[in-house]
Parts: sequence; C-alpha cells; structure tokens
Amino acid sequence: MQSSLVVLVMSLLVFIGVNIVGNPVDMLINPEADQEEIDRVISDLGLDRPVHEQYGYFVFNALKGDLGKSFIYGEPALKLIVQHIPATLELAVAALLMAIVFGIPLGVYAGLKPDSKTAKTIMATSILGFSLPTFWVGIMMIMVFAVQLGVLPSTGRGDTVDVLGVPMSFLTLDGLSHLFLPALNLSLFKISLVIRLSRAGTREIVHMDYIKFARAKGLRQGRIVMVHLMKNIMIPVVTVLGLEFGGLVAFSTVTETVFAWPGMGKLIIDSIHNLDRPVVVAYLMIVVLLFVTINLVVDVLYSVLDPRVRLQDQKS
Amino acid sequence: MTAEVQERLVLDDVPPSLARVETPFRRFVSDFTDSRIATGAFICFLVIAAIAVFAPWLAPTDPYDLAQVSVLDSNLPPFSENFEGVTFWLGTDGAGRDLLSAIIYGLRISLGVGVSSGLIAMAIGCAVGLTAAYAGGRTDSVIMRIVDIQLSFPAILVALILLAILGKGVDKILIALVTVQWAYYARTVRASALVERSKEYVEAATCLALGHRRIVFRHILPNCLPPMIVVVTLQTAHAISLEATLSFLGVGLPTTEPSLGLLIANGFEYMLSHKYWISIFPGVALLVTIITINLVGDQLRDVLNPRLQK
Repeated sequence: MQSSLVVLVMSLLVFIGVNIVGNPVDMLINPEADQEEIDRVISDLGLDRPVHEQYGYFVFNALKGDLGKSFIYGEPALKLIVQHIPATLELAVAALLMAIVFGIPLGVYAGLKPDSKTAKTIMATSILGFSLPTFWVGIMMIMVFAVQLGVLPSTGRGDTVDVLGVPMSFLTLDGLSHLFLPALNLSLFKISLVIRLSRAGTREIVHMDYIKFARAKGLRQGRIVMVHLMKNIMIPVVTVLGLEFGGLVAFSTVTETVFAWPGMGKLIIDSIHNLDRPVVVAYLMIVVLLFVTINLVVDVLYSVLDPRVRLQDQKS
Repeated sequence: MTAEVQERLVLDDVPPSLARVETPFRRFVSDFTDSRIATGAFICFLVIAAIAVFAPWLAPTDPYDLAQVSVLDSNLPPFSENFEGVTFWLGTDGAGRDLLSAIIYGLRISLGVGVSSGLIAMAIGCAVGLTAAYAGGRTDSVIMRIVDIQLSFPAILVALILLAILGKGVDKILIALVTVQWAYYARTVRASALVERSKEYVEAATCLALGHRRIVFRHILPNCLPPMIVVVTLQTAHAISLEATLSFLGVGLPTTEPSLGLLIANGFEYMLSHKYWISIFPGVALLVTIITINLVGDQLRDVLNPRLQK
C-alpha cells in the first residue's frame, strides 16, 4: 500500500518536474527546420498537449510497460534501459563479490589482532574508504593504472561474450581487465563497510564460550576461524550487503561515468545532459520500483528472521 | 514568589558569582584538545575556511576576469611562467586560468554550498524532529515514516532525481542537498528529544504552565544540541563530497560557478594526455577539506558523547 503510494507520488513528481524544466523542442529539432517540420515533430512526440494530459497518457502507457520513446535514439525508453541493465548488474555483482573477498579476511584479521600495526593500518584505510569521494578515487585509479603504469584499460567493457543473448565481460580475459578497476572503485565503500562489520563481529565472538571451548578442545586456530567464527559473522555481513545492493546500483552512476562503462548509470547521466525526458523518467521509475521492492523484501525477511519484529507487529 | 521568579531560580542560568571556574565550555575545549590530530585538523579547517572567505584577496588572479586570462597560457605545468613573467604555482587549466586561483575560488563555492545546506537542513530537521518528539502519537509516526522512507533511498539517488527534475544551479543544488540531509537531523533530534522529554525538568516546566513553544525551544532544544553538533560536522563533509560528485557528473553547479568537483571534471579530460595537475590539485584540496572536517567530527563525537566520558 505504502510502496505503491511512493511509486505514484514519484511518478507524478518526476513527470511534472521533468516536463517543466527545459524545452526539448530546442534540443531535438534542427534549428534550420521549417515551422511545418517543427510542428510535425512536436505532435509526434505529444509535446503539444497540456501537461496533465501528457501525464495521463504516461501513466496509462506505463501500466502497459510503455514509458515513451527516447528522443535521441528513437527507441522505446524502457527497451533502452533494459538493454543497459546487464552491464550495471555485472558491475554491481562484481563489486559485491569484491567487498566479500577483500572485506571479510581483512576485517577478521583486524578483529583477531586489534592492537597490531597491520590492523591499525587496515582500519585507517577503511576510514579513507568511507570519506573519499568515489569519483575522485576512480580518477586516481585511472591515472595510476591506466595512464602512468599502463597495465589496465580505463574505459569501456572490452571483449564481451554473449550469454543467453546478453553480452557479458567477465568471461573473457580482456573483459575481466576492463571490469577490474570499475568494480574495485564501486566496491571501495562496501569493502570498508564489510571490514568494520566483520571486525566488530569478530571482536564480539572471540570472547564467546563456544570459541573458548573449541580452543580447549585443541582445535587448530585455522579451523576455529574458518568454521566457528566465520559462520557467525556472516549473518550481519550478508544482511547489510543485501541492503546495500540498491546503493551499489545508485552509485554505479558515478563509477560508470568515470570509467565510461556502458550501463544504466551512464545512460541516465547522458540523457539528463541531452534532455532526453522519456529515458530519464523511465530510469527513475525503474530505480524507484527497484528500491521499493528491495525495501519490501527486506522488511518481510526481517519479520521472518527476527521474532521480535513479528511479535511487535501483531501487538499493534 | 511569582511563577516567573521561581522559574528563573530553578531552571535558568546560575548567577555568575556561583559559576564554577571550570565552565562546560572550558572542559569541552580541554577534552577536545586531548587529541593532537583533531586539534591539527581543526586549525587546518580554520585555515581552509579563512582561505574560502578571503578568496578575492588571497588568490593571485581572478579566474572570472576574462581580461586576466589568456588562452596562450593554457595547460601550463606547475611552476611555469608565462611571457609576462607571471608564475603559475600549480599550473593552468585548459582555458589558461591560474589553477591556484581557481582552486581558491572553487573552495569558496564548495564550502559555501556544503555549510549552508548543512545549516538549512539542520534548521528544518530540528523543527521536524522536535515536533515529532513533542507531539508524539500519530504526528510522530507519520513524520518518522516519511523520514524512514527517505533514508531507505541512497542520498546520491535522491539528489540525482531532484537535479534531473530541477536542472542546474546553486539554488537547485542547495535544495537537493537540504532534501537529502534533513532526515538525518530529524531522526537525531527526535531520538534525543524523546529522552529529554521524559526528564524531570520538562515535567517541572510543564507544571509551571509554560507554553509549549517555550518548553521546546528553551528547555528541550538546548539539551539536544550535543549530538546535533556532531551530525552537523559529519553531514557537512558529506554534503561537500556529494556536491563535488554531482558537479563532476555535470548535474550540479553550472560552469559559471566552478566548484572543486567541476574543476576536477574539467581536468579529467586532460588526464589521459598526462596533464595530471588540472585534476589532481583541486582533488587534493577537496580531500583535505573533507578529511579535516571528518577528523574534527570524530573527535567531537568522542567528546560530546556522555557515555564515553570518564
């Protein structure tokens, strides 16, 4: 109920706002075209109708899955965005994996030896990961690895392989080398987050009785960490990462712009610059829908997983 | 005794003669200066703020004055001189502007936008949060539901949506930054106001039949300030970073108001041809600003948190 209300309000705000700002007629029509030509294009695009009527058409069409045609590409906006989704998802998933692969070991180490120099360095670096702007780190990465050292490419997706008709980068060596920097850039913030979470979790859990007992039983440190400790710190880490996945998609606009990664984020920034309204509106609607869905799923999962939440709801 | 006199005696400031030698402010200062890093960061921040405020007097040239800018000087590396013997300490950008001056002016815009958006958001957030906590009941749940919904969207997404709708401009980015931030303030204020509201002094004030407005602003609000100060510093750093990101994406400030983010974006084009300085130096200025504010904020959090006090 509440979710659909959010979607409706958003659609209204987005549509009216986007329509009032800027005049796409000036942007899209050749200035040398005669009046007849201009009129034809205006009525083709439905720009001659009053705003509320345009919105009516928009909602009606949106329910049919038709969010208008892109002014620039001449293709349906929804199709254009759907075409760009796989690239963004690939980037976001790669970033998520990196956050787990780098974040958990570093965090566990910092939690096991909190006073060591290495641990302090890890924590200081994670503070940097939190406070540095993503786009700046991305620029620095390009400068160091692509311009100065020349070891990794700076832009694009590289060679792609079609998986079920969708081009993917991670299956070719060239594609992987293109994927590495943007994914690392996107995941830096999440790596820092995972480091903090797993450090806090580790420090709490090493003092638990079952860890002491495992030690007393004479288990190797490796087994204690990998089995007894890891299982328990994974719960908060997985929860938070699930929540943060939407954030990755949102932040991919920045990373994609820096690395010219042809995903949804770059498409929306380009469309804002070109005043390509249908694409902007369609993107915003899809992303809002995505977030509302994520929040809904998380809420439901919480009440399934945490009996306290469930009981509270029943009372009220 | 009239109610007013009683209130003065019970609730208002202690008369100066009774004031302890160690005022809360002095204790706060000595706690804060315990950390050398934080003190250094604070001094550093004061210097940055001074540079931003006095930009027109400090900058070697005026980057907006077209008479002082020559395309012949474009893309000069740091420490180079032009034909007229002017030295560009940090080099020049693609339009021949002195980068040092551009950074000083850019700092002014970045800091100005960040700080003012933080203050406006604080005013709005405070008002909303206090209302929610004091009114309670349905008002509270409606307001907090709105806050929750907004906080479930990442800041950058909300700002991007707003700017896609509103277009470019200083006022528009202010609106976007305030919209993104107010919810944090509202939540913080509400949390501490709820605690304060149940304390005896509020009860006493209510018994004295003081007006709601007076209780909220004179009694509850001052006691909610410590956590607010922390949120203000950290959020300001966040706002500066967000503004730079948005300007870098080209949806924030117009090119007539070159903040640090825009300067970095301009330099980005030249970086692939090894003209590193155009992008690097504004970036360093941005980083130093953000990190010093964060360091100050972290120390404030430690000092102002009663739970951490010895």
